Amino acid sequence: MSLDTVKNAEQTPDVAQPWAELGLKEDEYARIREILGRRPTGAELAMYSVMWSEHCSYKSSKVHLKQFGDKKPDSDAMLVGIGENAGVVDVGQGYAVTFKVESHNHPSYIEPYQGAATGIGGIVRDILAMGARPVAVMDPLRFGAADHPDTRRVLPGIVAGIGGYGNCLGLPNIGGEVVFDSCYQGNPLVNALCVGVMKHEDIHLAQASGAGNKVILYGARTGGDGIGGVSVLASETFDDTKPTKRPAVQVGDPFQEKLLIECTLEIFREKLVKGIQDLGGAGLSCATSELASAGSGGMRVELDTVPLRDTTLSPEEILMSESQERMCAIVEPDKVDRFLEICEKWDVIATVIGEVTDGERLEIFWHGELVVDVPPRTVAHEGPTYQRPYARPSWQDALQADAPTGERLARPTTGEGLKADLLKVAGSPNQASKSWITDQYDRYVLGNTVLSVGEDSGMIRIDEETNLGVSVATDGNGRYAKLDPYTGAQLALAEAYRNVAAGGAKPLAVSDCLNFGSPEDPDVMWQFAEATRGLADACLVLGTPVTGGNVSLYNQTGEVAIHPTPVVAVLGVIDDVTRRTPIAFTEEGQLLYLLGDTADELGGSAWSQVVHDHLGGLPPKVDLERERLLGDILIAASRDGMIDAAHDLSDGGLGQALVESCLKGGRGARIIVPEGMDPFVLLFSESAGRAVVAVPRSEELRFNDMCTARGLPATRIGVVDGESLDVQGQFTVSLAELKDAHTGVIEALLA
Amino acid sequence: MTTRVGVVTFPGSLDDRDAQRAVRLAGAEPVALWHRDKDLHQVDAVVLPGGFSYGDYLRCGAISRFSPVMETVIEQAKLGMPVLGICNGFQVLCESHLLPGALTRNDSLHFVCRDQKLRIENAGTAWTRDYSAGQEIVVPLKNGEGRFVADEHVLDELEAEGRVVARYLDVNPNGSYRDIAGITNAAGNVVGLMPHPEHAVEPLTGPTVEGLGFFTSVLKQLVNA
Repeated sequence: MSLDTVKNAEQTPDVAQPWAELGLKEDEYARIREILGRRPTGAELAMYSVMWSEHCSYKSSKVHLKQFGDKKPDSDAMLVGIGENAGVVDVGQGYAVTFKVESHNHPSYIEPYQGAATGIGGIVRDILAMGARPVAVMDPLRFGAADHPDTRRVLPGIVAGIGGYGNCLGLPNIGGEVVFDSCYQGNPLVNALCVGVMKHEDIHLAQASGAGNKVILYGARTGGDGIGGVSVLASETFDDTKPTKRPAVQVGDPFQEKLLIECTLEIFREKLVKGIQDLGGAGLSCATSELASAGSGGMRVELDTVPLRDTTLSPEEILMSESQERMCAIVEPDKVDRFLEICEKWDVIATVIGEVTDGERLEIFWHGELVVDVPPRTVAHEGPTYQRPYARPSWQDALQADAPTGERLARPTTGEGLKADLLKVAGSPNQASKSWITDQYDRYVLGNTVLSVGEDSGMIRIDEETNLGVSVATDGNGRYAKLDPYTGAQLALAEAYRNVAAGGAKPLAVSDCLNFGSPEDPDVMWQFAEATRGLADACLVLGTPVTGGNVSLYNQTGEVAIHPTPVVAVLGVIDDVTRRTPIAFTEEGQLLYLLGDTADELGGSAWSQVVHDHLGGLPPKVDLERERLLGDILIAASRDGMIDAAHDLSDGGLGQALVESCLKGGRGARIIVPEGMDPFVLLFSESAGRAVVAVPRSEELRFNDMCTARGLPATRIGVVDGESLDVQGQFTVSLAELKDAHTGVIEALLA
Repeated sequence: MTTRVGVVTFPGSLDDRDAQRAVRLAGAEPVALWHRDKDLHQVDAVVLPGGFSYGDYLRCGAISRFSPVMETVIEQAKLGMPVLGICNGFQVLCESHLLPGALTRNDSLHFVCRDQKLRIENAGTAWTRDYSAGQEIVVPLKNGEGRFVADEHVLDELEAEGRVVARYLDVNPNGSYRDIAGITNAAGNVVGLMPHPEHAVEPLTGPTVEGLGFFTSVLKQLVNA
């Protein structure tokens, strides 16, 4: 095939083009022709097709995402907001922290190991591109039923991929989630989060400015992997009748990425770059158009200078390739030599592929011939916007009416019955120990991990002299969101906020990964609209702005969509990490207090799922002012040494929290059911805004006074004691029995 | 004069900064050494840190072993300089033939990260003098290819000469022959260890501080030398 140049396109307006195969709709193709005033060249068509994909353009979601800006709370902490590679937050002492959670769902289903591995790689480069040293990763994961045969194919590969890539990069994995639910059977969710740290003055942005500055592509060579990853893979539903999309999945090389990190940080230290962008989804198409679009001028690129793994690649393929471990930097001419020298030191290939121009066009040449000539904004930032129709699903009312009342679902009425259900919940795949998974991740590397596996949040020390630290928690309960997406999204934020506070850190900012079904389904679009509205409203109340994140749509196979799953990450700061609060009960005799109010709220609960396989009713109510008060109390108590342990109450309720805190510390607890309280509700209700804390006897008075003065209900429910969990008057279960139920579950299912 | 302990950074080294921290907490001065630089910059001892040097492609440690810095390290180790290889560093020492045997894929076929109990078997090496023989410690272990293997006669020889430095207790996490977690050369100056003592040097971040002894040991060794 001969080269399709701009000149050729002008002369042959009627040539049939494969816009549909590239994932474009007819009206989108027409719009491209209108923008250019001619038909696009093959290379231009390739660029528009990937950049206007749902994944890159947010065309279905952006009208809703706007709320995160419109309802943004006032926050002194925000340094860089939505729109850059990741948001940046001021954490004090001159430090800035950047964090973001992103999805790699579709590739991980097709090819679990590489899909998950490159998910880590991509988010780490986003963080790096902001100027930060990546310091930790986390993975919120969702799988189909734990006993489904395909889970055995998908889960081990995904876990090995996350470990294989993250461990080799030297980034501690400090937490995440693993949830099983048959709704994710054909669409597992692999979200990846990375945290990075820098000084304020080191913040870098993705923009190409200053005519004459050089465009340097560095990192791995470009190959034929991941072509069309964002368009034909991530932006369509799976369909058994079409050929497998495995070639659209990228292949990762973590060693190359480790070199890229160290090399880039050294380049930052010497202040050699004006603008920088990582190459992820949509590869070079994205990097060149976004850099040029955000900058002041145009850009000229000699595409044939791009180092290739496969010399037969066409210009279209080079522009679409999603080969991993590549970065693109804008460098002043007099700094190019030093830039290349540092790359050579780290054995990283670096090539000047073009320069910033004073024009307004992005011009790409192939052996001297012009193959792309476009206004970069039309590619990167002015893609289509859809007002997708949405409507409350016809089944929503019936689902909400099916409440898990005592009449609808039989509740245990004896001590033995309570004990049996407690063990069932603690030993269910969702509530059981995840050590088989987390033991495959390095949590120690870098030597700054303060809290990780099994804790409410992951916490990292960022300054060894001052003990300044940050913590992150991610949460998202798809069952709650299915029952009520508005409340479900708020509950996800409330839980992550609570988890951060329970560790002793002050919540500052949010990143979200919104995982939903097809936007072409009005039911799904309603879920999305409700969830974003709920999240934006809640962020405003809690004062935690959304700094960025990502949207993953089309998570459905055939007609069946996943539960709406907004995963919310909250970042917090703690002035002195030595004051952090772990979840473990470690000291005999310490007093256990239940903070917050407990109501009969079992809708979407772990108990209703595990014991009755039921989903119906309404999720727990949200009281954001209460969440904030609880957070303030937990932080103050941690700072002033009034509590030695704290565990948030969420899925599984108080019962599950006690099991986890007892097992983690190797100590039992004696619990007294408060006067007038139904023991079943006490143990299994999932009312929000609650935590259990262990208070040293010497601090009881002070702690109580603080709760009373601030108006937070604090009920003494027992004491850390012995080697069993003893709910007085109901049942006693030994730690050994609890451990037996809680551990080995995942292994048994996957072995 | 402060004792200078070099920590080599290979491409893909990960725990180099952790090893430097451990050296500092032990009271010595950490010196960063670069794989391409033959010069050891007057260090008194060398740590080869954990990580995935050269991505562990080919075989763990097989490429690093040929780096310029290793020429000098091998030369100096033979002259008695204390050298500690941790995890990937242990693999490099085996590939360099400073230590016998090899580290292969864990028998579980999974990467494993856990708090591991060890027994110090030989408290006479340059890196274990601050322990007592038979002492039990807990330090993190994290590896994918940590299974120590060697011929029967090599194993017998290591046992007979007291060259097994540390052994796994309770759980053998990777299928190492005879539960071996670390070994030394005949002179006792070169030690290879699969677990990570540098991650057990601060109560805040480690399961214990029982790893610090490896780094304080070498200080005493050098002061007394």
